[in-house]
Amino acid sequence: MIWLLNILETLLFVAAAPLFSGWIQWLKCLAQNRKPPPLWQPYRDLAKLFRKETLVAEQASWIFYTAPYIGFSVAVLVAAIVPLIWVGLPSAAIADVIVLVGFFGLARFFQALAGLDIGTAFGGMGSSREMTIASLAEPALLMAVFTLAVSASTTNLSAAIEYHLAHPHAIRPSYVFAGLALMLVAIAEAGRIPVDNPATHLELTMIHEAMILEYSGRHLALIEWATQIRLMIYGVLLANVFFPWGIAQSFEFAVLLEAIAAIALKLMILSMILVASETLLAKMRLFRVSQYLGFAYFLGTLGMLIHIVVEVGP
Amino acid sequence: MLKDSADRLRHELADQSKNLWLSGKALAAQNTVATGALAIAAAALAGYALWAGARISMLLAALSVILALASSVVSIGADRNSFLLRHTAFVLLGLSGLCGVLGGGTAMLARVEITGEFPLGLPWLAWHLRLDALSGFFLAVIGLALVAVSLFGPNYVREYEHGRRSLALLGIATGVFVAGMELVLLADDAFFFMIAWELMSVSSYFLVAYEHEQAANRRAAFLYLLMAEAGALFIILAFGVLAAFSEGFTFSAMREASPAPVWTSIAFTLGLIGFGMKAGIMPLHAWLPEAHPVAPSHISALMSGVMLKVAVYGLIRFSFDLLDSLHWQWGIAVLVLGSASAVLGVLYALMQNNLKRLLAYSSVENIGIIFMGLGLSMVFYSTGHPHLGALGMVAALYHTLNHALFKSLLFLSAGTILHQTHESDCERMGGLIHSMPRTAIIFLIGCLSIAALPPFNGFVSEWLTFQAALQATALSSGVLRSFVPVTAAMLALTGGLSAACFVRVYGVVFLGRPRSRHVRHAHGTSSKTMLAGPGLLALLCVFFGILPAPMVRLLEGIPYQLTGQLLPSRHTLGWLWLTPVSPETASYAAPLVLLAILLAWVVSFKLLQPRGKAVSIRRGEPWDCGFGGLTSRMQYTGTAFAMPFRRLFAQSFDVEEMLDEHPPDAQNKRAARLIYHLHIGDRFWRWLYEPVANAIWRVSRQVARIQTGHIRTYLSYSFLTLIVLLWVISR
Repeated sequence: MIWLLNILETLLFVAAAPLFSGWIQWLKCLAQNRKPPPLWQPYRDLAKLFRKETLVAEQASWIFYTAPYIGFSVAVLVAAIVPLIWVGLPSAAIADVIVLVGFFGLARFFQALAGLDIGTAFGGMGSSREMTIASLAEPALLMAVFTLAVSASTTNLSAAIEYHLAHPHAIRPSYVFAGLALMLVAIAEAGRIPVDNPATHLELTMIHEAMILEYSGRHLALIEWATQIRLMIYGVLLANVFFPWGIAQSFEFAVLLEAIAAIALKLMILSMILVASETLLAKMRLFRVSQYLGFAYFLGTLGMLIHIVVEVGP
Repeated sequence: MLKDSADRLRHELADQSKNLWLSGKALAAQNTVATGALAIAAAALAGYALWAGARISMLLAALSVILALASSVVSIGADRNSFLLRHTAFVLLGLSGLCGVLGGGTAMLARVEITGEFPLGLPWLAWHLRLDALSGFFLAVIGLALVAVSLFGPNYVREYEHGRRSLALLGIATGVFVAGMELVLLADDAFFFMIAWELMSVSSYFLVAYEHEQAANRRAAFLYLLMAEAGALFIILAFGVLAAFSEGFTFSAMREASPAPVWTSIAFTLGLIGFGMKAGIMPLHAWLPEAHPVAPSHISALMSGVMLKVAVYGLIRFSFDLLDSLHWQWGIAVLVLGSASAVLGVLYALMQNNLKRLLAYSSVENIGIIFMGLGLSMVFYSTGHPHLGALGMVAALYHTLNHALFKSLLFLSAGTILHQTHESDCERMGGLIHSMPRTAIIFLIGCLSIAALPPFNGFVSEWLTFQAALQATALSSGVLRSFVPVTAAMLALTGGLSAACFVRVYGVVFLGRPRSRHVRHAHGTSSKTMLAGPGLLALLCVFFGILPAPMVRLLEGIPYQLTGQLLPSRHTLGWLWLTPVSPETASYAAPLVLLAILLAWVVSFKLLQPRGKAVSIRRGEPWDCGFGGLTSRMQYTGTAFAMPFRRLFAQSFDVEEMLDEHPPDAQNKRAARLIYHLHIGDRFWRWLYEPVANAIWRVSRQVARIQTGHIRTYLSYSFLTLIVLLWVISR
């Protein structure tokens, strides 16, 4: 029964991810004085891509076919682990937050290999840049996560959120730093401005898009969907770990409804911050990204030190 | 007349091919016989081991050494008859490995502690032998790699059959090398330990120098010998300090001794330098990327996969077992050295273009990760958290096993590539996934494992190391508490960089288009055993990644024997789950995660197909910007892939970039040819090795003044020295 609910929650997560992207798109258009597409535009795009013929480069090997499936499966797995509306997920125990980061790494590994598989300059360029950014983002991400893990003394996401719900009035300055660090890393990992621009196809600035340039049809649809799920995962992580209010701790219908409303509201607010930064900032040069991520790492480390100095009793 | 000779030629050719076919058939028969014998012997040994229980483990370990020596003896005749090396010596080595796995495995299972004496050695000091869980584990690790190497080797050494090099030397040195490593693990006194250590070092020198025609290889071998001997001197000194405080050279006497903290610290520092030099820890790693690539590939696999582990064994035995107590400062030193080795090792690996050299630098990285686990373990033990210390040690040992598996796999696969393409430069490979599909899958598993990605084995050991580091809040000192998590972040950086490094390796070697003629015409190896060696290791990589809990339970016995402590959590959730600290703190169930991923895969594959239409995938040209005609030279190269890293971490390298512009030709005023030179040097050469080498030169020039060239002067020097020494002793 519990597992069934878990699967239902995962399905909700996966199904809602394009809506979240559509919402960000809608908000961004409004902020930039453009006419927004309808909220369900991402669903239409996905449906169109799924129907289209799939074109594969001549010298592509099986790595090229399997990478989108691995990426999508990993995104679904992680969506199953991250608590969306209900905190007592049984699946959170099978993989903790380090495993989650590791599986994102697995998906990225295959995607970067697929970029090199077709033997063009674009693919290799995208893979190289993606791996550069990822290898710098990973320590910053883990440092932010470790601050949480150490204060709740667990790397299990559900347990960490439960711990914070149990101590609602503790003031933790370390969280401000960890939260900021996680936000910066999330922008880099999700490939948003100012690190990468998902809407560009200019060869000098492409990062993620260069890597997946040769994909089409069903494969591209899976990749796009996985990207949307990943963006939402980072949003939900930020929303539920740092602001766990409203998340359901029991199965009553009213409580669950309330939880859905709460997470929707939190994600809406978060996406406003994202839209504001995407509208106000320009994309950075590639070699500035290391400073950006270095700053995120620095914030994470500061959060850890503050936790150790201020929040741990003698 | 022409027609005649053509006919004759054709007949001869037909005869020859018939002969070849016959001999091939005979060879195949021999192969089958050898494999059958191996299987029967293995079954018999396994049965006997199970029947006799723990007592047998020492016998098996001894048998393993004897078989290795036997393979050495057998190969004396290999120059005249290569059959001896390929089908007898390697079978003996394989049996030796099997005995090692069984003996070591039973020793670990039963947590035995068997001692023995061997009536050889000095009149007052027989050779002491001891087998416990720790040496059993390392024996089993050697055994696993040895089995894979013995499957791979027979076909690989074919290349050397018709050369000028001696096959006998290869066989003899390999046997002695393996026996030396196994004896190091079994030694129970300092004297015997050093003899075994030197057997291992000197015999491997001959293996590194095996392809001695090139001056670079001779230079590498000399550097290796030099550093191995310097390291051995440090180890002798370390044992000397302990021996001065105990009643003799046996390890049991050293365990009893309790010198002052100053002296244990001196002994530890000497031991750390000595063992660290052999393990290839930065900055004492300079020999490793020189020596490992030039040895024959199956030897590189043994050296990188196993010999470095013997040095790790030495450090664990010396510091956790022989030394009286541990200090947290040592743990910090090991942790810092480990972190530096891990990050710098992988950065240097990212910059290499020679495949085997790259793998050698990546060994430096992995030894760094092992040292991080050991450092954490020392910090926790010395501050009174023995359970967490056990966790750190289990993490380090698990990574030891994993690194032995995937590094041997990668070196053997690199050997296969070298064997099939005669190419060692990554920049001249490409597209091998089409011509060598099976090697490609095996190599991919190795890459995924070494990049610490779930659900493969490398991830499990890094995960355990992370869990150990995150328990830093248990420490009472604020400095330690804030320092330890930072090393965890260094480990995360290492993980990210090694993923980038192995994406680059796999992408440039196996994917894309072939970059040279040899590689374009390469084809996969036809030999099943040559694939079986790395294939076996790949299976083990997957197995230890998906089902880590039984192995962790087995490894627990080692810290238990050394310090009497088990892991904090006693596997509360069963064999599917890994819960090192407690189920609430962290848990990882790889089989369930894998199940979930497969479920998601199947659902996405089945449900998301377009309805009523067959799956249509059309092949087409990739996007070429409308110019047409993509060639293999337009691909991204490995050097280009690594460029962002070269720029971001510029301080770590000595980069020399140069553009050679050849003079323009008269007609079109453009440079005729542009040649780009890039050389990335190891910073430590300039910082450490060159100053030391220069200092030694200066000193030796001063010392050279007493050289007169007359024998009577030298005799008088010797006489005076003897007198002085006698005076010192008799005083």
